[in-house]
Amino acid sequence: MTMLGDRQQLSYIASQAADARLNLELETEGMTLNIGPQHPATHGTLRIIARLDGEQVVWAEPACGYMHRGYEKLTEVRTFPQVTTLVNRIDWLGSFANEVPFILAAEKLMGVEAPTRAQYIRTILFELSRIANVSLFLGDLGVQLGAITPVFLAFRDREYVLNLIESATGGRFHPNFDRIGGLKDDLPAGWIDETRAVMKKLRNFCDQIEDLLFGNEIFQSRTRGIGVIPRDVALQYGLSGANLRASGVDWDLRRDQTLPMMWNKADWKVWTHPDGDSFARCWIRLQETRESTKIVDQLLGSIPSGPVMAKVPKIIKVPEGEAWVSTENPLGEMGYYVVSRGDLGPFRVKIRSASFNNISITPWLLRGVYVPDIVTILASLYFILGDIDR
Amino acid sequence: MIGLFAEVPYWGQSLLRVLGGLVAVLLPAGTIVYIFLFKMMSFMQSRLGPMEAGPYGSMQLFAEVGKWLQKEDIVPDRADARIFKMAPIIVLVSTFLLVVVVPFGPDAFFTDFETGVFYALAVSSVSVLGILIAGWSSANKYSLLGGLRAAGQLIAYELPMVLAVMGVVIQAGTMNLQKIVVAQNSGSMFGIDVVGHPYVISQFVGFIIFMIAIQAELTQAPFDMPIAESELVSGYMTEYSGFRFLIFFIGEFATAGVFAMIASVLFLGGWGVPFTWFGWTSIDDIANWMNFVGPLIMFTKMMLLVFIIMWIRFSYPRLREDQLQRFAWKGLIPVALANIMVTSILKVVF
Amino acid sequence: MKQLSSNSETTTPAVDVVREQMLEAIKGSLGDALIDSHIKPGDDLWIRVRTDSWRTSVQKLRDVHSFDYFGFLSAIDWMPSPYGRGEDDPTEPAPERDMTIRSGYAGGDTRMQVFIRIVNSTTHFGLTVKVDVADSSPSVESLITIFAGANWHERETHEMFGIDFVGHNDLRNMYLPVDFEGHPLRKDFPLLARMVKPWPGIVDVEPLPGGDEPELAAQDSNGGDA
Repeated sequence: MTMLGDRQQLSYIASQAADARLNLELETEGMTLNIGPQHPATHGTLRIIARLDGEQVVWAEPACGYMHRGYEKLTEVRTFPQVTTLVNRIDWLGSFANEVPFILAAEKLMGVEAPTRAQYIRTILFELSRIANVSLFLGDLGVQLGAITPVFLAFRDREYVLNLIESATGGRFHPNFDRIGGLKDDLPAGWIDETRAVMKKLRNFCDQIEDLLFGNEIFQSRTRGIGVIPRDVALQYGLSGANLRASGVDWDLRRDQTLPMMWNKADWKVWTHPDGDSFARCWIRLQETRESTKIVDQLLGSIPSGPVMAKVPKIIKVPEGEAWVSTENPLGEMGYYVVSRGDLGPFRVKIRSASFNNISITPWLLRGVYVPDIVTILASLYFILGDIDR
Repeated sequence: MIGLFAEVPYWGQSLLRVLGGLVAVLLPAGTIVYIFLFKMMSFMQSRLGPMEAGPYGSMQLFAEVGKWLQKEDIVPDRADARIFKMAPIIVLVSTFLLVVVVPFGPDAFFTDFETGVFYALAVSSVSVLGILIAGWSSANKYSLLGGLRAAGQLIAYELPMVLAVMGVVIQAGTMNLQKIVVAQNSGSMFGIDVVGHPYVISQFVGFIIFMIAIQAELTQAPFDMPIAESELVSGYMTEYSGFRFLIFFIGEFATAGVFAMIASVLFLGGWGVPFTWFGWTSIDDIANWMNFVGPLIMFTKMMLLVFIIMWIRFSYPRLREDQLQRFAWKGLIPVALANIMVTSILKVVF
Repeated sequence: MKQLSSNSETTTPAVDVVREQMLEAIKGSLGDALIDSHIKPGDDLWIRVRTDSWRTSVQKLRDVHSFDYFGFLSAIDWMPSPYGRGEDDPTEPAPERDMTIRSGYAGGDTRMQVFIRIVNSTTHFGLTVKVDVADSSPSVESLITIFAGANWHERETHEMFGIDFVGHNDLRNMYLPVDFEGHPLRKDFPLLARMVKPWPGIVDVEPLPGGDEPELAAQDSNGGDA
């Protein structure tokens, strides 16, 4: 965890300046390249329009909307329990984590609190969805940069986590397990021991990835110093999650706000990195995965017995009011601003998704980088299309 | 095949040469694709690879060839059709030209050039042309980027290759590949002649530089910027499908095999075993059965080197284009030049 | 750190000292630009500012009170939907609906409001700021000079609600095609899927496997407001 050498920064800047001078002298024409919407590098249908000068990007702009499903309009015609089905599909790799802020907002408006056992299980499933999401990120990171082997290890180990989620909730990718007032069901027998074993495997996987990928000199030279985001720019654009912590901002919503979830019952660390470059973002996610396994291990040991569902009426009508709840999702800060009119369904739901803000920085960030760096930067910012486009 | 088939008429000899050339190029290509691409890569990625076609997936290659052959011949509308069709053939032709000069046994060779090394290095550059015009004529911006990157990279890495080979030539005192093999197997190091004098030991710097240069010439990771699958989809090969893609594909692995053959000739002693094992003193002493065992030995050494190439390919991420160029011009070439200097000094002194 | 209504043993404080103090400080610096406010003890703070002082108020909040983290920017259309929740029977005449516009926390005088969420990155204190938007030609100042991240959010709010952001020179569509007409998130823009086939409501229509009679859940009267 080292600061970028001044020499490294200066040499990168100097090489780009030299390229710019040469291009000016030769008066070459630029080329407009369309990266996407179908492309192996983007996690979905993201289209980046880049104007290139040789291999250097003069101007780049993402064009989103290929996956816009109109969630905010759809929530207005749903009842509150039906919204969790919709909301699962925003960040589909860690989908339990999408349900939680919405359910918490509805519970806040109703004044209902889930029983302690349900809160423990919610937190554990939340962290499991984070592990599932970020382990795919770690594997995919290799593929974006050309190392085709780590991704198979990632998928192999991610299967264990998905099996766990499936045995508890019934769905690998879209659990739809959270209910207002608690959870749909209790845990199956033997789940706790299985989860402990899987957490060991995940820690092994993290060590393997660190060896294979992060220790590799080529990986380091491809990611260090690329896509540096200074702290104040990160705050202005509203970056969140690992992207923000990589720029040196010590902010983790699990620790810094009080929600009816059990993160404060476990002993874990918030990782930050001063550099703000692509390597920092990737490295922090690796450490966070390790921390998640530790959180799950600690919480598993102390789940109390009891009901998993509070007493809520069969037909749920949430009283009038507005509530904002945001949580530290795998991709960043995801929040829901729920406006209710005392009705069966919400009046307006504003979905604040992390990737929308994370990707809004790319026009600023992608000026002057080389074409391979576009892929590196997008990979390190880590977005899911469903999260950008909702 | 002079000597062995001296009574065969000239047209027969030419036919044998052509068939032998095809076998020498395509058999290693097929074996490399099956063993390394299908099986070794899968095992390294904790999966099994193709298992359906034939026992343990051994017929997969034929299935793939059949699949590609029956595809439609698509030429993009705005592509320059004649050049577009020529490009893959140029790449494959350079491979065949390259294998012509590789010796497989004391009498088992296609031609015996006095300047074999010079010819090999010259001919291996022809494939750069094929790649460049593939990228340019495809009328596709991704292909263009891939072709331009390839041009820069392949030309940059020609130089370390040539300079590394220079060390071997100085050591052997000849550019004739057959004589280089004989020199390695009949030579001795500091009086110990149990293993002959394989140049991988005395020219280890040259060997490493040559292997790195081969990795770049084959556009394998970590030097696969021209193909960069996650950025350029398939680089210069994006618009090719069906039979033309098959030629590129075979060309890639055939060239890997042939380069490995050349490397084993230059550094590992080629088709031979140290002469002292059988008490031979010169090439005329060698028994006739060596003409049949020689190709097998050559094959084994080639597979060993291709294993190293493929192993690195599947493990490493790729270097960015400017880092790649910097590595070649500022890293490999000075080291290769130093290697030549040291070799020549030591050759004169000892 | 403020306690939300949570699993802790303390009850929700009746007076939220930290938020009251912050509200006083904001009142001091914004003066009469601050029209209304609302505190939910232990939960959150809402303020509403005057439309013509939108940019200056947010600037002061960022510079004076260090709300330097940009959460999001969006809008709310307070008019109840004339289509209900898409459950009307198309053969029947449309039922009477209560169309009065009632605003939420911190009040509101217009049909649409723009609201943002900004947070202090050191104390993690969050604030929701609302502003009224005129009904006839909805427009409000753009915040991109203060928060660069507001760029995309304003583009999305513009295409979804039709609110013009003065000073944002690039209000292209974010998600919708270039030639799309209308503003989807406004309440009078119907959800086409529900117009085509209305939702039958909370009713179990199919008999359960095993031959039991279909359990009709207490069918709620949902012919009311949205």
